[in-house]
Amino acid sequence: MADNTSPEVPVRTGPTPTSTLAAIRIAKTDRTRRPLPRISGKLLTGIIIVVVISLFGILAPFFVQDPRFSGNDALLPPGDGHILGTTKLGYDVFAQLAWGTRGSLFVGVVAGGLALLLAILFGVLAGYFGGVLDEVLTLITNIMLVIPGLPLVMVIAAYVQHTEGLGAFARSSLLVAIVLGITGWAGSAVVLRATAKSLRMRDYVAAARVAGEKPLRVIFVEILPNLVPLLAAQLIFGVIFAILGEAGLSYLGLGPTGSITLGTMLNDAQTGQAVGSQAWWWFVPPGALIALLGTGLSLINFAIDEVVNPKLRLAPQAARNQRKARRAGRSVSENGAIA
Amino acid sequence: MSHAKQGRPEAPSTLEIRNLKRDYTLRSGFARTTLHAVSDVSFTLEPGRTVALVGESGSGKSTVARIISRLENATGGQVLLDGVQAPNRGRALERYRSKVQMVFQDPFASLNPFHTILHHVERPLKIHNPHLSKKEITARAHELLERVQLTPSSRYADRRPHELSGGQRQRVAIARALAPGATYIVADEPVSMLDVSIRLGVLNLLADLQRSEGLGVLYITHDLATARHFSDEIMVMYRGAIVERGEPDSVILNPQHEYTRTLLDAAADPDRLGQLKAEVRAEGSFR
Ligand SMILES: Nc1ncnc2c1ncn2[C@@H]1O[C@H](COP(=O)(O)OP(=O)(O)OP(=O)(O)O)[C@@H](O)[C@H]1O
Ligand SMILES: [Mg+2]
Repeated sequence: MADNTSPEVPVRTGPTPTSTLAAIRIAKTDRTRRPLPRISGKLLTGIIIVVVISLFGILAPFFVQDPRFSGNDALLPPGDGHILGTTKLGYDVFAQLAWGTRGSLFVGVVAGGLALLLAILFGVLAGYFGGVLDEVLTLITNIMLVIPGLPLVMVIAAYVQHTEGLGAFARSSLLVAIVLGITGWAGSAVVLRATAKSLRMRDYVAAARVAGEKPLRVIFVEILPNLVPLLAAQLIFGVIFAILGEAGLSYLGLGPTGSITLGTMLNDAQTGQAVGSQAWWWFVPPGALIALLGTGLSLINFAIDEVVNPKLRLAPQAARNQRKARRAGRSVSENGAIA
Repeated sequence: MSHAKQGRPEAPSTLEIRNLKRDYTLRSGFARTTLHAVSDVSFTLEPGRTVALVGESGSGKSTVARIISRLENATGGQVLLDGVQAPNRGRALERYRSKVQMVFQDPFASLNPFHTILHHVERPLKIHNPHLSKKEITARAHELLERVQLTPSSRYADRRPHELSGGQRQRVAIARALAPGATYIVADEPVSMLDVSIRLGVLNLLADLQRSEGLGVLYITHDLATARHFSDEIMVMYRGAIVERGEPDSVILNPQHEYTRTLLDAAADPDRLGQLKAEVRAEGSFR
């Protein structure tokens, strides 16, 4: 009779103790069980900020005055009729703010989405297929990565805006969004490539291939769904990058001067010497909204990051545990002193 | 098709592995070394037979399995299905996969956490039977789940892998491997990640299916005891080569190669042997 004692498990490859394997397993199932981040304070704050601003950008434009109606008195401070006052040209600041928020969100979403698509195209394909395709795509990604972002955007934006025959498109927010999208994907591509490369080695990907799945289907149906938190983080990062980038470009006068965004508002305020004439109501609201939007999106991003990267999630918990332990220790010693 | 008895082709089918070789180039800095994971492996699988491939960790068993299931290319040698070289791409590969399937070692890793159990079984059915309607595919998927003793299938179909136990997951993996109507199954340590108490159940299921479907099974394992019980031939692999092969009883009772003796010695433990025998008796006779 054959006599194999040790069951197959303990003889596993290498020195990895089974307890670590078990821990990894638990972490894995834990993650699959909770595809969405647990609602933490951070996440909740972020979501509330972003939702409120988005609703404002989507709905408010329907209820405000025409943002380019210049029949109002110029530079009115906040007050009756104009909650946020008026600009030098007599535009209602609140109306401008509503439309500007919508414009900025539009730029952010379009540019962020475009950047994500490009990042998937370059990163996931390179990581999954490897070989020559990987080398070529990674080379392009690295070139995009080392060219400094804002100067590149400025050059492209300045160039396309002076191209003949583009008409109104040359000064539209769509064009700016496209420029920002095309220049903003490389960082995400690097992250996605690394992840795709490691997922490719997963057994369930191999099993899908053995089952007969075609490569593109493996990527889009087997791999990408498991990357949703990571993709969401990259998308949000792209949106932040685009909104801030648009504001920067506009401030420099390279923005979508044909549309209204938070950035063009700041630019108008700057060229109209709002600071000099102490018209704070003209530049503080758009500046504050950009900062808030950036904060809200970043908070959501941090929360997602904690899901993607369990180490981060455990960090605050470890700190808490430590604090608890310290407090417990102190109370023990206090009790000791009393006794 | 797996669910119905099907006439085997007139000429006896074979899956022949001839002088298989696989080198890995390891790079550390500028230094390069070559690792001979598999140096010379030949054997033949036939429908209705189970061949066990036994060897210690790192001896190259999984590499052989991955080459047979076309997840990796060999450095040398051939994989011949019915005398024809196993293809690498395209329709030919699809046809090959409808005949040769694999069950992976770790059922916790081999099912996609994102997809339902039904999806895992339906996909290969759909890929290899493109003419079937969605309804028929679903019906067959349920049949397959019942065949691997996930009954009633409706209780499992819409769950996701993490809601199942290891043994149940491995049954899903087996159903998935049967779905294309495969003749050959490569089972790479199919129970090593499972709890000892449920291993025999899964192995018995594999043995049952092997007999009723007339499958040719390559059973890769560390465990000489189950290799002896479940196979018609044992091959002992050591450092990338097969060092001993033969009838299970003769290999185990009368090992010729030094390495086989070492394996047997390492495994010798009367307590566990008794326990296994009892388990086998409890499960009923299986061979
Ligand atoms: N992709 C790879 N790159 C480099 N080396 C590899 C690769 N895959 C396997 N090897 C090496 O080839 C050898 C054989 O590995 P293999 O996985 O086939 O062993 P095994 O017999 O299945 O072991 P185990 O029982 O632990 O599963 C090992 O030394 C392993 O490190
Ligand atoms: Mg192995």
